[in-house]
Amino acid sequence: MISSQLAGRTETVLGTATIQGVRTAVASGAVTATTVAERHYAKIAAEDGPEGKNIHSFLALSKQRALAQAAKIDAMAAKGEELPPLAGVPVGIKDVLVMQGSPATAGSKILQGYMPPYDATAVQRLEAAGAVLLGKLNCDEFAMGSSNENSAYGPVLNPRALDRVPGGSSGGSAAAVAAGFCVATLGTDTGGSIRQPAAFCGVVGVLPTYGRVSRYGLIAFASSLDRVGPLATNVRDAATMLSVLAGHDAMDATSSERPVGDYVGALEKPPDQLVRGLRIGVPAEYFGEGLDPEIRAAIEKALEGLRAAGCELKTISLPHTKYAIPTYYVIATAEASANLSRFDGVRFGLRADGVKTLSAMFRETRDQGFGAEVKRRILLGTYALSAGYYDAYYLKAQQVRTLLTRDFLAAFAEVDAIVSPITPTPAFRLGEKTDDPVQMYLEDIYSVAASLAGICGISVPCGETKAGLPIGVQVMGRHFDEETMLRVALAIEAGQGRSAGNG
Amino acid sequence: MADVAGVTTDEVLRVAELANLDLTAEEVPRMQRDLNAILGHIAQLNELDTSDVPPMAQVGEMLGAEAESTGASLREDAVRPSLDRKAVMAAAPESDGRFFKVPKVIER
Repeated sequence: MISSQLAGRTETVLGTATIQGVRTAVASGAVTATTVAERHYAKIAAEDGPEGKNIHSFLALSKQRALAQAAKIDAMAAKGEELPPLAGVPVGIKDVLVMQGSPATAGSKILQGYMPPYDATAVQRLEAAGAVLLGKLNCDEFAMGSSNENSAYGPVLNPRALDRVPGGSSGGSAAAVAAGFCVATLGTDTGGSIRQPAAFCGVVGVLPTYGRVSRYGLIAFASSLDRVGPLATNVRDAATMLSVLAGHDAMDATSSERPVGDYVGALEKPPDQLVRGLRIGVPAEYFGEGLDPEIRAAIEKALEGLRAAGCELKTISLPHTKYAIPTYYVIATAEASANLSRFDGVRFGLRADGVKTLSAMFRETRDQGFGAEVKRRILLGTYALSAGYYDAYYLKAQQVRTLLTRDFLAAFAEVDAIVSPITPTPAFRLGEKTDDPVQMYLEDIYSVAASLAGICGISVPCGETKAGLPIGVQVMGRHFDEETMLRVALAIEAGQGRSAGNG
Repeated sequence: MADVAGVTTDEVLRVAELANLDLTAEEVPRMQRDLNAILGHIAQLNELDTSDVPPMAQVGEMLGAEAESTGASLREDAVRPSLDRKAVMAAAPESDGRFFKVPKVIER
């Protein structure tokens, strides 16, 4: 359970601390940012390391940088200065974003040993807002996967059920929040990689609109799809993180110049007016065969809660939904095959030993450095782009992407937000789907359409199965309308009796 | 329309060559099996008539008049500080400090 009275009680509720709670406690002098950081590192050492439960969410710790930042925040607090929004908040960074002074692996052997000489914009913004960056988080190799089992450094365990996967590809980011190792984390989402692990681990995960958050310093997988976004224990914290991350960046030509909304302010309405009068679309295609009955029941209950809070529920149709997965796997792999051509043993990371010529060095390095799923996707993408197949696969998928996006634009003319499942099942067991790539890809059935259309989305906990596994529900919003999406998410969260974040 | 049901061993090897990947003898049949399974799933896109549908490369172009606010503007082409060359070269597997060093390029 989330505590809403954190101030002064950091040690007893460390596992469920909130952003506002930490900031208030640090500002009041009840605890120092240094102590908060040290306690989180102690918890990580006990439960994430080789002893203890070994959840394996962290790949590298950045203690020196974290403690220097904590000391800076403590000095500000001691002088009574106004503290920035994330002051003293322990945050972890998915290891596909670069952070100066820490290794960047992207979960791959091919980047082993690479120390990036700069910070990603998202990383830099978090630190400028007072966050204490604890380290780099495990993920599927190059963010390719739905279970975190594709990390070259070993899988992450789901803190809510240690025999289950945490989801992927931001599995470490979701697990670290669920386990209380971090108060919030950064993830990335290309086809569901923030929202699906958030659902599996029982935390909140935000997919911002394409262009809302800078991707400078993100190791690219599929450039027309990749997005950076936050994971947190509750909707208010996610909104606080997003307000720090969002905005134009001259270093990312795809980042938008639109003004950033007031994400935290949007949640300040009185509870009885938070979502009153909103039209909520319920897409029929997302409630068909294959949806776990316990998830269906939990989402129907969340929808009833929205109706009781004054929303109008409307059944809508997103008719091309069944084509989202095949469209995604053509476009994402085609872009990946181009993006991953930069890993060739010349500029960073691994280089194969004892190879006599340049072309053999390229092939040997890539064969040794890439894992099976990455090779599979590079081959598929190269095939889809190759002479004779381009029109049949890549062009066709781009055309269907237009149809999928039109589905959403038409729906959003009728409704203000869309509510749907985010995963067909709760967290599955380790090893359950590793043998069948098509089965694994079908995990993304409810997440990839929002990725292709560029709209925003959020996964919010909405209950548990009888076996105690978390269930998530997805709220999708119009392009750049994160405020409405967050309001609906907060109403769902409040309906679970787990609204938090007031310190 | 492409022959979706049968990527041959030769095609797997040709695509691997295009992608600069050396596959081991054990990897080839596994990749062939997986590619055919995935391409079989992708084939359902052929159910849709898309002859009049424009392709979409990224979302900015779907938002019409709003394109200029979704990343269509370019920054001024001016000289400005960049990453320190020494720091960048230090991350390379082999370098003389100014250039990347690689094995022999011309093969005989």
